[in-house]
Amino acid sequence: MAAVSTRDIIKKFDEIPAVNGISLTVPDGEFMVLLGPSGCGKTTFLRIICGLEKQTSGDLMIGGAVVNDLPPRARGVAMMFQSYGLYPHYTVRKNISFPLRTQRVPGAEIERKVAWASQMFGIGHLLDRRPRQLSGGERQRVALARALVREPTALLLDEPLSNLDAKLRSSARQEIKQFQQRVGVTTIYVTHDQVEAMGMGDRIAVIDHGQVRQMGTPSEIYDDPADRFVATFVGTPPMNIVAQNGGYLGFRPENFLPKAMIKDAACTEFKFRVDRSEYLGSERIVYGVLEGFDPKQAITAKLPPAHVADEWIRPGEWHSFAVRDSALRHFDQDGKRAGRH
Amino acid sequence: MAVIAESARLAVKPVSRFRFILDRRDVLGSIFIAPAILYVLLLVGVPFLLAVYYSVSAYTLYDPTWRFVGLANFEQIIQNPVFLETLGNTFLFTFGSNLLGLIMGKFGALLLLRPFPGRKIVRALIILPWAVPIALATIAWEWMFDSLYSVINWTLIALGIVTRDDAPNWLGSPHLAMLCIIIINAWRFFPFAIVIFLAGITAVPQDVIDAATVDGAGFWRRNYQIILPMILPIVAIGLIFGIVFTFTDLSIVFLLTNGGPSGATSVLGFEGFQVGIASGDVAHGAAISLFMLPVLLIVVIGMLRFIRRREI
Repeated sequence: MAAVSTRDIIKKFDEIPAVNGISLTVPDGEFMVLLGPSGCGKTTFLRIICGLEKQTSGDLMIGGAVVNDLPPRARGVAMMFQSYGLYPHYTVRKNISFPLRTQRVPGAEIERKVAWASQMFGIGHLLDRRPRQLSGGERQRVALARALVREPTALLLDEPLSNLDAKLRSSARQEIKQFQQRVGVTTIYVTHDQVEAMGMGDRIAVIDHGQVRQMGTPSEIYDDPADRFVATFVGTPPMNIVAQNGGYLGFRPENFLPKAMIKDAACTEFKFRVDRSEYLGSERIVYGVLEGFDPKQAITAKLPPAHVADEWIRPGEWHSFAVRDSALRHFDQDGKRAGRH
Repeated sequence: MAVIAESARLAVKPVSRFRFILDRRDVLGSIFIAPAILYVLLLVGVPFLLAVYYSVSAYTLYDPTWRFVGLANFEQIIQNPVFLETLGNTFLFTFGSNLLGLIMGKFGALLLLRPFPGRKIVRALIILPWAVPIALATIAWEWMFDSLYSVINWTLIALGIVTRDDAPNWLGSPHLAMLCIIIINAWRFFPFAIVIFLAGITAVPQDVIDAATVDGAGFWRRNYQIILPMILPIVAIGLIFGIVFTFTDLSIVFLLTNGGPSGATSVLGFEGFQVGIASGDVAHGAAISLFMLPVLLIVVIGMLRFIRRREI
């Protein structure tokens, strides 16, 4: 296990930068999530770390040593792919032992380690099956076991949950996080799913157009977005942004409440016209526009349904809404946070 | 009530049961497949049955009787040392040239997978050995191996590797002649092998290859422990084609060596033609040709079973 750090990594494909100067440090044992939309360069960056791609410029350090020119097999990192990349012609046992066999680990030790890895992921009874005889969740565990069996310097995960159905995904999320904590391996996890990022990451790096837009803990990313991109990319529904005084004003839908519900603090009031409302059980999402702002700018409010009666929210009605001043975020003309300490 | 009235109205005018006959899968399917079946029956089935009949008769061009002799023809050819040598030659020729073709195909495919300038042109040109008419190609090769004007020997002499006096007589010595026809057939087969390998390798998911790379596999391990086992079923299909076509082939031998020197390159197809057509002993010729059937059947069934077990 080792820390992974990069300095100004740039990767160009035919002069088009896919990764445009990423510098980050993942301390030993940390769970770092790279979050970004498709095509933002996060997978390319991961492939550079494991050595499948060579960066155009910049340095990559694993465990303090520069590994720019080392081939993948000398870097000691393990990677789990989106479609798992299991070897279809091998049994689960041979799949898991493959990384050990390439390193010419003695047979007895291979057996011991395969037993350890398969027991940890609860797949001991599947060892003699082939990948096609496994369910999606089982395949994922085999892929994880194969990645961890040789105790890698770092574990790289490329959207590992995207092939699972929604129900399995949340349990797999929890499992991966638990294994990571138990083994203590430095982990870099790539995803475009903010729920995975928020729920699993010790820290998150939000990436867009090949650059890190913000790096921080989940609460820093959510509560203190560095710019408009981060503000609108993280959060469902995203942060409301309206133009104001040559800059932008942002507030989260759950902070946009009927005026009557805010009694304890200083707040800013808005006139809100309701266009549509969705009842989702645990919450109610209300869509509408603000008086005095761009009428095309849709605004959402996320309300606790118990506090709002059905007949209270009717399309076309104007209501008095407000946001606590502490929950307002100001962005300058370029979308960067204004007056950020 | 309305439903009953509706069905009663329909019953008044029954639709002919042949009106929608072409909508039926089994009927339309049979019509579509019929020409192909007819074609195979007439062009393969009839001659095959004819050959079976000839092989158990005493039919020759000079004595065209249909006298039934049982398996006497087969007994005679099996006891004939020339036939046994021919059988051995056929196996050597078939497996030697297919193995060589496969190896060349595998490496050719690997080379053609990496991007380089002019790759598309090379990919098109590489098909040539397969597409050129066999007669033309063999004549070109005959010149390469000719006893007096051999291009290969001329090159070897010019490079100082051999002297003019002990330059190999390619088509004149038995072992070299066999090597020649193996090389030519492998040369004809390898573009096909390249196509098979290219199709197979590009069908291997990139994630699997990447996973192997990260798992520490180098070039050879990746190729022989991951990619090759995964594409083995498709390669085996290609190999079956190669084996069947080579085993039954007579064109290269007929055009280049005429079975010589002293029968060293005679193969079953050629021998059957020589005995049955050229010498007019139709009954023995048919028996020789039919001998290919059980051999090929065993090879093909064995390989198909192997593929089914390897299916992943």
